[in-house]
Amino acid sequence: MRICLTIYTTEMIHRSMTKLFIGIDLGSTTVKAVVLNGQVLASAIRPTGANPRKAGEAVLEQILEKSAGPIDKIVATGYGRVSFSADEIVSEITAHAKGSNLLFPDARTVIDIGGQDSKITRIDDHGRVLDFAMNDRCAAGTGRFIENTAKALEVSLEEFSSKSLASQTPARINSMCTVFAESEVISQIAQGTSIEDVSAGVHASVARRIKAMVERIGVEDQVVFTGGAAKNPAMRKALEETLRVKLTLPKEPQLVGALGAAAIGRDGY
Amino acid sequence: MTETKKIRTDVDNETFWREVGLDVERHDDLIKGLPPVFESVFLTQKNRPEKISYFDSFIQDLHGKRPKEVYDRKNNGDKVIGAFCAFFPEEFVHATGAVPLVLCGGAEFPIADAEKILPRNTCPLIKSSFGFKISNLCPYFQSADLLVGETTCGGKKKMYELLGEYVPTHTLHLPHKKDEALSRNLWFEEVKKFKGKVEELTGRKVTDEKLLAAIDLANRKRLALARVYNTRKADPVPISGKDVLLVMQLALFDDAERFVKKTNELAEELEARVDRGEGVAAKGAPRVLISGTPMTIPNWKLHDTIEKSGAVVVTEESCTGTRYFTDLVDTSDASSSDDLIRAMAEKYLHINCACFTPNNERPVDVVRLAGEYKADGVVYYVLQFCHEFNTEFAKVERALRAVGIPVIKIETDYSDSDRGQLKTRIETFVEMLKASKASKAASVSKEAGIKASATGS
Repeated sequence: MRICLTIYTTEMIHRSMTKLFIGIDLGSTTVKAVVLNGQVLASAIRPTGANPRKAGEAVLEQILEKSAGPIDKIVATGYGRVSFSADEIVSEITAHAKGSNLLFPDARTVIDIGGQDSKITRIDDHGRVLDFAMNDRCAAGTGRFIENTAKALEVSLEEFSSKSLASQTPARINSMCTVFAESEVISQIAQGTSIEDVSAGVHASVARRIKAMVERIGVEDQVVFTGGAAKNPAMRKALEETLRVKLTLPKEPQLVGALGAAAIGRDGY
Repeated sequence: MTETKKIRTDVDNETFWREVGLDVERHDDLIKGLPPVFESVFLTQKNRPEKISYFDSFIQDLHGKRPKEVYDRKNNGDKVIGAFCAFFPEEFVHATGAVPLVLCGGAEFPIADAEKILPRNTCPLIKSSFGFKISNLCPYFQSADLLVGETTCGGKKKMYELLGEYVPTHTLHLPHKKDEALSRNLWFEEVKKFKGKVEELTGRKVTDEKLLAAIDLANRKRLALARVYNTRKADPVPISGKDVLLVMQLALFDDAERFVKKTNELAEELEARVDRGEGVAAKGAPRVLISGTPMTIPNWKLHDTIEKSGAVVVTEESCTGTRYFTDLVDTSDASSSDDLIRAMAEKYLHINCACFTPNNERPVDVVRLAGEYKADGVVYYVLQFCHEFNTEFAKVERALRAVGIPVIKIETDYSDSDRGQLKTRIETFVEMLKASKASKAASVSKEAGIKASATGS
C-alpha cells in the first residue's frame, strides 16, 4: 500500500487559528485528507479500494496522529462524499476551485483530471466557481482511460507515460469510448505501431477530449492542473500542446480537493 | 362524483389487472419498485402542504383506483383515448364524454422490452411508452380504444407507426413552422379531422355547446395549475418543486373536473402560506428554473437531486410545466363551429416546443419566467437523444447569459447509471449559486453601509 505524507510549509497560508479543519476527498481511485488551521498541518493519501467509507476513516486516523487538536469541522468531497459522515459535504469541483485559489491566488482556470471524471472550471479571485464543464457518464477523457490502456498493454502507468514522451509520431486514437479505444489500441499494436506512439496517441486523445470541454467554457490564465493525472508528465505535455497554454502544477496535485474542502470548512465558499 | 360511485371497490387490484390483460407477474416487479422511490423522494420532505395528500394517495395507488375508474367508464360505453404529448386536443374527448389520458412512459423498467424492436439510441420516453404497451405493463394503456400520436419528432413519428400494430393509433400532423398561413391551415384541418375521428369512435357528436363546456373545463384545469405556479414566485416558496411536478404529472391522468377541484384546494392553501410567509425551503435558498423536455411518472430524478442539494425548483418550462397551461383557448371572438376549432388550433400551435423551426418565442419565454419566478439559475434538461431540445440549448443559453443568469445543461435518461456525476454537477451548480448570492448580498450590504455612513455624516 502506497502512503504518501506531505507537510506543507507554513508560509503557504497565513492565518492563525487553533482549531482544526479537515478536508477529506474520497475519490474513485484514492482517498486524500488535509488538516488545516492557519496552515496545512498534515496530509495523507491512500487507495480507495472497495469501501470508500473505511478508506476515509483510515486516512483520517492517519492524519490525526500527526496533528492533535480539537476538530472544528470535517468537510468531505469527491465521489464517495455521501458515504462518509462529515459535518458538511461539498462537490469536488467547488473544492478544487477553492484549493487552487489557496495555492495560486491568480488561478482563473482549473483542469482536474481524476480517476473517473474530468472537469474544467473557471474561477474568480476568491476561488468561487464561475462556470464549469464535466465529462458525461463515460470514462473517455479521464485518468481511468489512460490506466486501462496501460493495463491492457501490460505496462505500469509510469512506464506508459515515459514511453509517450519518447514518441516522435503519435498514433491517432479515434475511438472516444474507453472500451472501444482499448481494442483499437490493441489492433494498432498488432499492426506494428510502437507502444511509444500508441501511448502518445492515448494521451493526445484524452487531451482532445479535455479541449472540447475547455472550448465550451473558455480558458483564462493562470491554468492550474489538478487531480491524479497531473502527476503524469506525458499528460501534462499533451495538454499543454493541445490547449496551447502553460499549466501551473501544485506540488501535490491530488491533494487540492481535500485542501479546498478543509478551507471551505474554515472560510465558507 | 358519479363516476367514483361506480368503482367496484370490492374488486382487488390483481383481479382487475388480470381482467385488463396485464402481465401480472412482471407488473408486480415494476410496481413494487414505486413505493420506496416515492417515499425517499417525496415523504422525506418536511413541512409539505396538507392538500398534497390527495396527490400522494393517487400515486400510491397509481395502477389501482384510477385505472379501475377508467375501465369502468369504458365498460359503461365511454371510449378511452390516450395520447403522448401536450399537443393532444383533449377538448374533443371531454366533449364526447370519452376519457382522455396521457400515457408517456417515465420508467426505466419497460425500456429493455422496447429495445427488442426500437433502436437503443433513441429517447427514453419513446422507448418507455412503447415498452409499456408491448409488454402489457400499464393498466391505463390496456383500456385505450385509440392512441393519439403527433409528428413532433422523427423518433416518435416512427414509433407510432409500430404502436399502431398493437392499438389503433391516429397521428396528428403537426407542421414544422408555427407562424405561417400554410401551417395554420394545415393544423386547423388536422385538429378538425381529429374531431371527426373522435366523433366516429365514440358515436357521439361534438356539438358547439358541448365543445364550449369542454373548452371551459380544460381552461379551468390550466388556470388551476397556473394558480399553483403563481404561488411559487414567493420567497420562501410555499411548495417544493417535486410536489408541483407530481401535481403536473397527474394532470394528465386524473379525472379533469376532480383534478381542478383538488388543485384549486391546494392553491388556496399555498396562497395562505404565502400570506403567512411560510415556506418549504429557507428564505433565500437558491431558486432554480428547469427548462426542457417533459418528465413523466416516475421520473423525479432531476428535481430530487436539485432539491436534495439545498436549492428549490421554482418553475418548469416544460410540457409537464408551463408549456402545458400557459395559454388558454380563447373563444371570445368565435361565431361558428369552425371558429371554436380554430381557437383550439391556435392555442396548441403556440406551445413553444423545440420541434418547431424557428422557435424564437421559447428563449424569450425562459428569460421571462426566470425573471418572474426570481430564478437564480437555470437547469436545462434534455432527455438523451432528444435532438430538438438538445440543439435548441444554444439559443436558450445565449438568451440567459445575455441577462446574466447562469445555466447548466443536463442530458440524461431514466437509468441510475449517472447518478454520481449528475449529483456532482448539480451540487456544484447549487454551490455556485449560493456563493454568488452570498457575494451579491455582501456587496449590497457594503453599499448600504457606505450609503448609510455617507448620509449619516
